[in-house]
Amino acid sequence: MASRTSFSVAGTLRYAAIILYVLFALFPIYWLVKIAITPDRLIYTEGTHIWPSTFTLDNFTSVLFLTDFLVYFKNSMIVSLGTAFFTTLVATAAGYAFSRFHFRGKAIIIALMLITQMFPLLMIIAPIYKIMAGLRLLDSLTGLIIVYTAFNVPFATFLMQGFFDGIPKDLEEAAMIDGCTRFEALRKVIFPLTLPGLAATLGFIFTAAWSELLFALMLINSDDKMTFPVGLKTFVSKFAVDWGQMMAAGTLALIPSCIFFILIQRFLVQGLTAGAVKG
Amino acid sequence: MTAITLNSINKSFGPVHVLKDISLEFNKGEFVVLVGPSGCGKSTLLRMIAGLEPVSSGDLIFGETRVNDLEPRERDIAMVFQSYALYPHMNVERNLGFSLELRKRDAAEKQKRTSHAAGILGLDKLLDRFPKALSGGQRQRVAMGRAIVRDPQIFLFDEPLSNLDAALRIEMRIEIAKLHQRLGTTMVYVTHDQVEAMTLADRIVVMNAGNVEQVGTPLDLYSNPANLFVAGFLGSPKMNFVSHDDPALSLPKALTHPKAKTYGIRPEHIQVTAPDDNAHLIGTIDVVERLGSDTIFYINHGAKQPFVVRVPGIDRTALGEKIGCIFQPNDLHRFNADGQSISEK
Amino acid sequence: MTMALPTSPGKGRGRPLKKLHWLVEPYLYLSPAIILIALVMLVPLVVGISYAFQSISLLNPFETGWVGFANFEKLWADRLFWKALTNTFWWTLGSLFFQFFLGLGLALLLNRPFAGRGLVQALVFLPWAVPAFLSGLNWAWLFNPIIGPIPHWLAAIGIMDEPQNILANPKMALWGPIVANIWFGIPFFAITLLAALQSIPRDLYEAASIDGASVWQSFTKITVPFLAPTIAITVMLRTIWIANFADLIYIMTGGGPANSTHIISSYIFTTAFRRLDFAYASTLAIALLVLLLAYAMLILQMRKHLVKGI
Repeated sequence: MASRTSFSVAGTLRYAAIILYVLFALFPIYWLVKIAITPDRLIYTEGTHIWPSTFTLDNFTSVLFLTDFLVYFKNSMIVSLGTAFFTTLVATAAGYAFSRFHFRGKAIIIALMLITQMFPLLMIIAPIYKIMAGLRLLDSLTGLIIVYTAFNVPFATFLMQGFFDGIPKDLEEAAMIDGCTRFEALRKVIFPLTLPGLAATLGFIFTAAWSELLFALMLINSDDKMTFPVGLKTFVSKFAVDWGQMMAAGTLALIPSCIFFILIQRFLVQGLTAGAVKG
Repeated sequence: MTAITLNSINKSFGPVHVLKDISLEFNKGEFVVLVGPSGCGKSTLLRMIAGLEPVSSGDLIFGETRVNDLEPRERDIAMVFQSYALYPHMNVERNLGFSLELRKRDAAEKQKRTSHAAGILGLDKLLDRFPKALSGGQRQRVAMGRAIVRDPQIFLFDEPLSNLDAALRIEMRIEIAKLHQRLGTTMVYVTHDQVEAMTLADRIVVMNAGNVEQVGTPLDLYSNPANLFVAGFLGSPKMNFVSHDDPALSLPKALTHPKAKTYGIRPEHIQVTAPDDNAHLIGTIDVVERLGSDTIFYINHGAKQPFVVRVPGIDRTALGEKIGCIFQPNDLHRFNADGQSISEK
Repeated sequence: MTMALPTSPGKGRGRPLKKLHWLVEPYLYLSPAIILIALVMLVPLVVGISYAFQSISLLNPFETGWVGFANFEKLWADRLFWKALTNTFWWTLGSLFFQFFLGLGLALLLNRPFAGRGLVQALVFLPWAVPAFLSGLNWAWLFNPIIGPIPHWLAAIGIMDEPQNILANPKMALWGPIVANIWFGIPFFAITLLAALQSIPRDLYEAASIDGASVWQSFTKITVPFLAPTIAITVMLRTIWIANFADLIYIMTGGGPANSTHIISSYIFTTAFRRLDFAYASTLAIALLVLLLAYAMLILQMRKHLVKGI
C-alpha cells in the first residue's frame, strides 16, 4: 500500500514537471501570438493580461500589405531554398564518397571539414566581406547563397554520410551484379532509400539559412535584398513602438520553421541514422 | 570444360595479404563449396569472382575470357548475399525483374521469366509484397529468385543460409540442391558450415588463412584429409587427435608409423570394449550425451581435450566408468610433424 | 532463355584507364565540397589570421599595412575585451549549466512512456525550431515592461521594486540573453540525451533490478556511465557553439547598456560591422579561437579517461 502511494506521488511530480516544461516552452510563443492579435488600443491597458478581451487580424494585414514584409519573405525563401538545394547536392556527393570509398587523403579532408565546424565563423566575417566585395557579390542574394552553402556543407556532409552508412553496401553490390553501373546503382537503389535523409538534410539547411542573421547583416544593405532576419531587425529599430505589427511579423516568420519542425519531428529522436530503411 | 579458372590469384588489403597465390579450376555445371573458418578469405575470393573486389594479381578467367577488368554487370553472374540485399523500396516482382528492367527487356519477357522463377520457388502469391513484409525464408527465396531470373553463367552464394533458423536452413539447403539439379549451372557457394559443404558440394575447397588446404569431393575429404586442419574441420563431432606419446594410447605395432606424431580417429570409427590389454586407448567417461539414435561419450584419458566416441543406438555404460576403445584400423589417420597426412599404411 | 550480355573483354577500355577511374572517382564526388569549403572558409580563415597583424579599417583606408603584434598589445590593454571575456565565461557557463540539467531532466521524463508523450515531445522541442533572431526579439519583448509580463511578475513576487526592463540594467542585462538561450537550447540537449538514453539496452536495467539496485543506483551505475561519453562530446561542442553564438546578445542588447553585455563574439561582430575595423575584429577572433581550442583539448583529455572507465 505504501509503495502504491509513493508511486502515485512520484507520478504526480512527474506530470507536474512535464507541465512546467510545456508551459516554459510554449509561453513565449503564445505571448508573441497574443500581442499580435491584440488590437493596438488594448496593448497598453491589457498589457499583462493572459487573454486579450477582443482580437483582431489588422496587424497581420498591415504587416503583409503596408510593409516590405513580403519582399523580405521572398528574399529569405530564395536564399534558403537555394542554399538548401545546393548544399544538399554537394553534401550528398561528398557524403557518398566518405561512406563508400577508401582513398588517400580521406582523413585529412575529414579533419579539415571538422576544423571548419570548430572555429568561430565570425572570424571570417571580415575577410568574406572583402572577398565578396572583390567579386562584386556584396548586397546580392547569390553571394549569400554561396556563403551559406559553404558554411553548411561540412555538417550536411556528415549527416548524409550517416544516412549512406545506414544503407547496406550489399544493396548496391547486388544492383551492380544485376547490371547497374556504380552511378546507376546510386541513382536507382541508393538514392530512393536516402530520400528521408535527403528531406531531413534539406530541412535542416533550410532552417539554418532561414535563421542566419549576422552574415546577412554584414553582406546585405539595400532594402530590397534583405532577408527576413535582417528585415525584421531593421523593422524593429525603425518602428520601435508598433508592437502589434512587429509581433505579427514575428508570428509570420515562425510559420516556415514550424512547418519544417512538424515534418521532421518524428525523425529527431528515432535516430537520424537508424535503419529507417532496413528491409 | 572449365567454367572458372583462378590462376595464381593474390589479394592484399594494404599491407595485409589475405589470399595467397590461389590456383583453382571449377568445371562447368559443378557445385563448388568454399569452406573455412571466418577470416580465411573465402568470401573475399567469392567477391573477386563477382567483380566486387579488384584482383591484386593473377588471372581470373571465365571460360576463355580473362575477366579481371570486367565490371560485375559484364560478367554474366548472379549472386545471393548473406543479407539477401533485397531492394527495400521495390516489391517482390520488381526485385525479381530488376536485372531485366536494367537490360530494357520487354514486359512480356520480364513477366514470363519472373513468374517462372516465382513458380520454381513458390513465390507466386507474394509478388506484390515488399521485403519488409516477408519472413526470413521468403526473403531468402526472393534473393534466389532474383538470381534465377538472370539465368546467368555462374551462380554465386555468399553464406546464404546463415541468417535462417535451423529448420529453415535444412529446408533451403534441400531447395538449393534441387535448384542445382534443375538448372545445371556452375555454382560457387561460400559457407563456414561444414554440413552445408558436405551435403551440397560436388567438390569442396577447404581454405584456411588465405591458403587452399585441400580440394576434393566431400567423401574424399572425409576419408582422406590431407592434413590436420582439414581433418579437424570436416566432420561432427570432430576427429579425435591423440599425440603419439600419449600414455593412454597403446596401438599395435602394425598401426603405428615411425614418422607419425599425431594419430587421428573419428568418433564414429571407434568401438567400446572392456578396459583391458586389447584396448587402443583407455579412459573414464566424463560426460554422456544420449541422442537416442547415437550415444556420445566424452572420455577423459589424461589429455586436455576429451576423447569423443560415438556409438550407434542406446548404450547404457554409465558415467565415471572406465572403458577401452578400439579403433577401426582402416580409418586411423596418421600425421607427421608438419601436420601432413602420411598416406602409406 | 539465354541472355546476350556484353561480355567483350574490356575492349577499348584498357586496364590503366580503369585503374585511374577507380582512383579518381571519390575525388570527383568530393571536389565541389572541397573547392567550396576551401574558397569560402579556409582561404578567408588564413586571410583573417593575417588581418590580425595588419591595420585594416575601412574607416581609415590610408593607414593600412603590417603592424606586427600591435593589435595584440591593443587587445591586452582593452578593458572592453576583458569585460567581454568575463561575460563570455558567465554567458557560456550560465547557459550551458541550465540547458544541460534542464535538458537532462526533460530527457529522463520523456524516456518513460506516458499518455500523450508524442504530443508533449513535439511541444517541448518547439523552441528549437524558432530561429535565433526571433527568439531574441521575442524574449526582449517579454522582458519589456510595456508589453511583456515578466517584469510585472518579478515585481509581484518581490524580486524587483517596480516593473523595469532588466535588459536596461547593466548589472542584470546579461541574464536576459541567458534566459533566452536556455529556452532555446534545452531541446537540443533533451534530443541528444534522449537518443542516447534510448540506446541503453533495456535488459541492463532489468538485470540491475534483479540484482537489487534501487532506482537511484540504476541511474548512477548504468545511466550515467552510459551517457558519459555522449555528455562529454555534446557539452564540448555545445560550449564552443554557445561561446560563438552572438545573435541573441546582438539582438537583445546590442552589447549594451554601456557595453556591459558584450561577449567576445558579439564584440567581434560589432567591431567588424559597426566600426569596420577588420584587423581588430580578427585579433579578437584569434583570441577566442585559442581559448576554445585549449578548452576542447581539455575536454577531450577528460573524455579519454571517462571512456576508459567503462
